[in-house]
Amino acid sequence: MLSSTADNLFWMARYMERSENTARLLTGLYHMSLLPARRGAQAGLWEGLFQSEEEREAYLAKYDAFKTDPVLTYMVLDRDNPSSIRSCVWSARENVRATRHVLTTDMWETINSTWLDIAQVTYADMQDMGHHEFLEWIKVRSHLFRGVAHGTMRRGEAFEFWRMGVFIERAENTIRLLAARAHTFKPSGPASRPDTATLDYYQWGTLLRSVNAYKAYREIYKSQIDPRRVVELLILNPEIPRSVIACVEETCEVLEGLRPRSRSYEQGSDLLNRLQAARIDRIYRTGMARFLEDYRAGLHDLSLQIQRDFLMIQ
Amino acid sequence: MHAANGDIRPAYREYSAWLTDQSLDRLRQKHQQADLLFRRLGITFTVYGEDEGGERMIPFDVIPRVLSHEEWAVLERGAIQRVDALNAFLHDIYHDQEIIRAGLVPAELVMTNEAFQPQMLGLDLPRRVYAHVSGVDVVRIDDKTFFVLEDNVRTPSGVSYMLENRETMMRLFPDLFARSVVAPVDRYPEYLLHSLQAVAPLGVDDPTVVLMTPGQYNSAYFEHAFLATEMGIELVEGRDMFVDSGSVFMRTTEGPKRVDVIYRRIDDGFIDPLAFNPESALGVPGILSVVRSGRVTLCNAIGTGVADDKAMYVYVPDMIRFYLGEEPVLQNVPTFSCRKADDLKYVLDNIADLVVKEVHGSGGYGMLVGPKATKAQCADFKKRLQAEPDNYIAQPTLALSTCPTLVEEGIAPRHVDLRPFVLSGEKTRVMPGGLTRVALKAGSLVVNSSQGGGTKDTWVLEAPAVVEDEE
Repeated sequence: MLSSTADNLFWMARYMERSENTARLLTGLYHMSLLPARRGAQAGLWEGLFQSEEEREAYLAKYDAFKTDPVLTYMVLDRDNPSSIRSCVWSARENVRATRHVLTTDMWETINSTWLDIAQVTYADMQDMGHHEFLEWIKVRSHLFRGVAHGTMRRGEAFEFWRMGVFIERAENTIRLLAARAHTFKPSGPASRPDTATLDYYQWGTLLRSVNAYKAYREIYKSQIDPRRVVELLILNPEIPRSVIACVEETCEVLEGLRPRSRSYEQGSDLLNRLQAARIDRIYRTGMARFLEDYRAGLHDLSLQIQRDFLMIQ
Repeated sequence: MHAANGDIRPAYREYSAWLTDQSLDRLRQKHQQADLLFRRLGITFTVYGEDEGGERMIPFDVIPRVLSHEEWAVLERGAIQRVDALNAFLHDIYHDQEIIRAGLVPAELVMTNEAFQPQMLGLDLPRRVYAHVSGVDVVRIDDKTFFVLEDNVRTPSGVSYMLENRETMMRLFPDLFARSVVAPVDRYPEYLLHSLQAVAPLGVDDPTVVLMTPGQYNSAYFEHAFLATEMGIELVEGRDMFVDSGSVFMRTTEGPKRVDVIYRRIDDGFIDPLAFNPESALGVPGILSVVRSGRVTLCNAIGTGVADDKAMYVYVPDMIRFYLGEEPVLQNVPTFSCRKADDLKYVLDNIADLVVKEVHGSGGYGMLVGPKATKAQCADFKKRLQAEPDNYIAQPTLALSTCPTLVEEGIAPRHVDLRPFVLSGEKTRVMPGGLTRVALKAGSLVVNSSQGGGTKDTWVLEAPAVVEDEE
C-alpha cells in the first residue's frame, strides 16, 4: 500500500476518534457545569479544557471568557479551531476522500453524510436540539463509522492502519481526560475525605460515564467512587476498551502483525511493558501529573516513529 | 429527439412511449433522488477559490439521450478513424515529419506550438500510441450528419460521468432498462486497464500500472479516484513517487515499488519540475529521463497536445487521408483560420453570425457566440482578432440538435453535444455511449460544466438480436 494512503487512513481514524472523544469530554463537562456545586465556578471548569498555553491563546484571541456558550461554540463548531468537532469531521472526511479508492462505499457515505449534516449546523441549532442530544449524535455517528469500517473493510493493511489510528488517538484522549483533573490528585491520604465525597462522586462519576466505564467500575470495585480506583481502571485495566493499556495493547498487536522488527513495535512494546509493570500506588507516589505527562510524550514519540516507519515522514 | 421532418427518431420510439406515461411530478421526484444520490456518493467537481474545497455537482438530467445502433456504428467508426489518424500524426511529427514534408501541415504550426515537446523527438513509444485515452466531441446537425467539434487527446475527463450516469439511471428507472436494450458501458475500466497494460515498457511481463492525480483538490479528483478503484490500481500523487537508478518507484508501507505505466491526469507542464515548470510541486523530479529511456510509459504521452489544438483541427481530415488512405467518416465543422488573410477578412465581416474561439482556449472560456453577442462585444472581439489573428478560429453557428430535458418549465428541448471515449492500446475501441453534455439555458449552445451545462446518460441501442432458425 502507498505510504501516503496508509497515512490518510491513520489520520482518518484519528480525527474521527478525536471528534468522538471531544464530544465525550464536552458531555461530561457540560453535565458538571449544571451541578449545584459548580454554579459560579464554571470558569475553572471550562478553562481546564485548554491544557497548553497555545490552546488558551488561540481561544482567547476569539472569545473573552471561559463560559459554556463560547467554549462549546469554539470546541464544537468553530472552523478556525483545528480541533473543533466540526474541523475533525472535516479532516476525517478529507482523509477518507483522498483514500476512497481503498475504502468501501459505505465508509465514504457514512462520513460524507456526517460531514454534510454538521457543516450546516449553527450554535442555535445545537441549542434547539439540546447540547446533550447533539453531542450524543456526534458520538453515535462515530460509532456508526467505526461499525461500518469494522463491518465492511477487507482485513488487510488498510484495516490495520485504520485500527492503529483509532487506538493511538484513544489512548492519548484518555490520558488527556485524566490530565485535565491531575491537579485534584493528592499524593497520599485517604481515598476521599467525607466532605469532598459528594463532589468526587459527581465528578468522577461523570468522568466514568463519559468513557462508558461507570457500570464497569461498579461491577469491579463494588464500592463508592474513589479517584484512585477510577484512574487505575482507566489506565491499567485491560478489560476497559478505552483504558490506556487496552489501547496500547491493540496498537502493539497491529505493529507486530505489520512488521515485528520495526522500531515502532519496539517502542510500542516498551510502552506496554511500562503499564503492565505499573501499580497505581506507585504512580500516585511519583505524581500523577508527571506520570501522565511522560506517558503522553511516549505515545507521541510512538506516533512519530510509526509515521517514520510506514507513513509519509521521510 | 425529432428527425428533420418532425417525426420521432426511431431510436426514441420506445423511450418516448414510456415518457408519455410519466407524470412531471414523478420525473421531478426522480430528479431529486438523483441529486441526492450524487451528493451522497460525493460525485462532485471542484470549483477553484470556493470555501471548503468548493464542491459542486454537475446537474444531471434524468432524460437520456438515445442513439440507434446504426447511428452509433457511424460514430464509432468515425471516432476510431480519427484517433488512429491523430496517433499516426503524433508519431510522425516526433519522427520523420512526413506530413510536413508533404506540405499538408505547415511546419511552424507544429514546431512553434506550445504543446510541441522537442524531448519527444525520435522516441519510440510502445505500439506507437501517444493518445491512449481520447475524447472526440461531436454534435449532430441533421439526421445523417455528425460534426466533430474538437478532439481531446491530452487528459480528457468526464468518463466517470458516463459510468455514474448510467448507474444512476439504472437505479432510478429499472423499468426502462427492461424495455430497451441499452448497450452496457460498465466495462470501460477493464478495457482502460487492458490498454494501459498493453503499452508497458518492453520486457515487463506483469506491469504495475498507477493513476497519477494532481491531488484531491483537482476538479476531476473524483474521477481519478473512481477509475483507480474500478481498475484496482494505486492512485498516486507526485509525492508518492521518485526516480532512482533509472526507474520510477512509489513509496509503499513495505518499501519502494517499481512503477511501469502511469496513467497521468496531470498536464505536461507539471509532470517533471526538472524538465518543465520548476515550481511544480505536483510532479516527479527526473521522471522525463526515465520516460526517454523507455523504462516507464506515460499515458497519454507527453506532447500530445499539439494534435488537439484548434489550429491543428482543420488538418485532421487531411491526416486521415494521408495516414490511413481513407475518407473521413465524420466531418469537421467548416472552420476559418484567422491566420489566413482571406479567412480573417470573412470573419471580421461576418462576426455576428459566427462563433469565434481562441486556438488554445478550453472550457468555453475566451469565445464569442456572434448571434448572442452585443455589438460592443463583437467590436471588442474584432479588435482582438486584428491584434492576434493567429490566436483565433471561427465557425458558423450550427443548428445543434436538441434533446428533451427536464427544466423549470417542464420538459423542453435543450442543445446537446456528445463525447465518446476512445481507448488505444493493442487496438482502438470506443465504449458505446459517452458523455452527453446539455446546455440547460434555453437557446444556449455552451455545454461546459463550468458554464452551467449539465449531463445526461447516453444510450446506444443494441442491434436487435438475430434469431436463429431452429433446425
